[in-house]
Amino acid sequence: MTTQSTQPDLLYSEEEEALRAAVRDLLSDHCDAPGVIARTESDAPHDLAAWKALTEGMGLAGLLVPEKQGGQGGSHREVAVILEELGRAVAPVPYLTSAVVATEALLACGDEELLGKLASGRTIGALAVGLHVAPGAAVQTVRVEDGRLYGELTGIADAVAADVLLVPGDDGGLYAVEAAAVTLTPQVSFDLTRPLATVTLDGAVGRRVGDAEPAVRRALRAGAGLLASEQFGVAEWALTETVRYLKERKQFNRPVGGFQAIKHRLAQLWLEVVNLRAAARGAADALASGEDADVLVAVAQAYAAPVAVHAAEEALQLHAGIGMTWEHPIHLYLKRAKADSIAFGTAGAHRGALAELVGLQAP
Amino acid sequence: MTDAAELTRRTAELLAAHPPATTDRLDFLKARFDAGLAWVHYPEGLGGLGAPRSLQVVVDAELEAAGAPDNDSRRNGIGLGMAAPTILKYGTEEQKQRYLRPLWIGEEVWCQLFSEPGAGSDLAALGTRAVREGDEWVVNGQKVWTSGAHNSRWAILIARTDPNVPKHAGITYFICDMTDPGVDVRPLRQVTGEAEFNEVFLTDVRIPDSRRLGAIGDGWRVAQTTLNNERVAIGGMRLPREGGMIGPVAKTWRERPELRTHDLHQRLLKLWVESEVARLTAERLRQQLVAGQPGPEGAGMKLAFARLNQEISGLEVELRGEEGLLYDDWTMRRPELVDFTGRDAGYRYLRAKGNSIEGGTSEVLLNIVAERVLGLPAEPRTDKDVAWKDLAR
Repeated sequence: MTTQSTQPDLLYSEEEEALRAAVRDLLSDHCDAPGVIARTESDAPHDLAAWKALTEGMGLAGLLVPEKQGGQGGSHREVAVILEELGRAVAPVPYLTSAVVATEALLACGDEELLGKLASGRTIGALAVGLHVAPGAAVQTVRVEDGRLYGELTGIADAVAADVLLVPGDDGGLYAVEAAAVTLTPQVSFDLTRPLATVTLDGAVGRRVGDAEPAVRRALRAGAGLLASEQFGVAEWALTETVRYLKERKQFNRPVGGFQAIKHRLAQLWLEVVNLRAAARGAADALASGEDADVLVAVAQAYAAPVAVHAAEEALQLHAGIGMTWEHPIHLYLKRAKADSIAFGTAGAHRGALAELVGLQAP
Repeated sequence: MTDAAELTRRTAELLAAHPPATTDRLDFLKARFDAGLAWVHYPEGLGGLGAPRSLQVVVDAELEAAGAPDNDSRRNGIGLGMAAPTILKYGTEEQKQRYLRPLWIGEEVWCQLFSEPGAGSDLAALGTRAVREGDEWVVNGQKVWTSGAHNSRWAILIARTDPNVPKHAGITYFICDMTDPGVDVRPLRQVTGEAEFNEVFLTDVRIPDSRRLGAIGDGWRVAQTTLNNERVAIGGMRLPREGGMIGPVAKTWRERPELRTHDLHQRLLKLWVESEVARLTAERLRQQLVAGQPGPEGAGMKLAFARLNQEISGLEVELRGEEGLLYDDWTMRRPELVDFTGRDAGYRYLRAKGNSIEGGTSEVLLNIVAERVLGLPAEPRTDKDVAWKDLAR
């Protein structure tokens, strides 16, 4: 079994709280619920104005990139705080996909040119690996022939917003491909705020940026670990909004939130949500320090998905009729939570990884 | 302001004046108390220096490194964790001087006479009567779930002094002498076969008014200090990974591959994850306390650990298969210390059933979380404005 020499720092620093306040402020201007709902069925599913404000305005796309490589030299801890807020707003911006996953892949490859571009936020990147793939799992590749790529990849999150795709080739290389050189076909996605697309390559020119296996592994581990913070944001919104609503909503001449059957469910949910916060902070701090990261990422992902889904499902049930409407934003959170439960590997896949990591082998 | 350097200096002075190797254990503890290094956040003259509580670790670490004896705090958990803070807050100067030193060094062990057969979750409905006679109170009634009563010198006791007012208003808080001839302690055997707890019958027990803690009729408020400190004590611990109930079952799993099944594997991994997350939550709470920003998570930790302890120990009984049909020992005994993770899986399973009852049932704790943390409406009350004597029972 593994032992950890130090405890992760599970709190938020003053700077992290200030960052949270700034991001929340920005999102309340850009990503109000009716606007997000309306955008889901428009031709522009991503909110690029919000993206621009977060990246060019606040410089948040390059937090994971060292300053000497054109980034802001922050850490996973701050990125996690941003993702909490993005989750709380179900903001349709390609932050997790570009500023975390694609960026981590490029950091593994050491590709300075593209790193600088992604860090500025003016270029959006996407790792062309299906959103469902867990860290360490097999990855679909495309055929490489004389520097040209041929094949089709499905389930690529935020690909329609991307300027550059990072594509694993069958020769073990990771290739940077201009989005203009491929065919992107939107898929009808369960999560309307993180749309998927099929990427078809028919002789697109790719530039080899490094080896795919270590880059994809690193990218997916960071994505999985930090997704837990987004899931925490989703769950916390669902709990807070439900508690607020049930204090106001009256039936039988009483606030619905005063019935013990409801109070106990909400208290139970609160307990799950505060547990999730600790798990997500543990993963973020471990990714930042590099210590115990495999275990704490797997723990966070094994715990987060059921909690976020439970929170969104409880929000719908306890809002009752209004919760079933398209007009109320709960469905966005339910769809995000359910899709997140598959993204970067299911809870079961992460439990399976833990079995190996902590020495609790299957029969 | 006493800082870490000052505490280090004072600790070195104590060790120089009373070398642990050549000093009697109790003499060393008395000297430590008198040097203000017992609980540094207590006032000067009462075992402390008025220093921040977070600096206690500095003193403890240096004394441990020097091989100094400690006060074996587990033997007097109720005294240290519950009686002492209450005496500190509500005691007279004389009471503080009399009780705190022997309590801290462990010469005098304390127990708690709160719960009654008819007052469990509704503790404020308690019916043990204390009637004033001159300078004394005469106490009659029955208390229950009293751990350590048979080893205790003193008890913290709440009793009804006025049945004609609503239940919260008619309670007074006392210090009860457990050697009084009217105190009858009887072991209460529980589902595990042993008797950690006692029933305590109080028959014409005489308590001098000088052992009243706080004002007459103010006992409920005084008791809140006791009960709040109980929850702090539950939430403040630091656990290593696999440090709780999951540890023994993980060990069994690793050592006994022949017991493994796919179903048990899935359930074990799920509980392992939940245990690790609960551990992180407790650690986060601890970090918040150290940083001086206590969070409301403490209220939830007891809920989480109660459920986990029950599910994990239940899983382990099942994992053991044929051995799970056996039990280590049903002999009636009175253990001095309780170890939730001690003994065999069957014992752990049965003992863990108490985790969702003792110190507040999980149902009551869920109400507390809903009302105090989430701000949801309180339960409708029919007992607030009714004299205690007129309540349904």
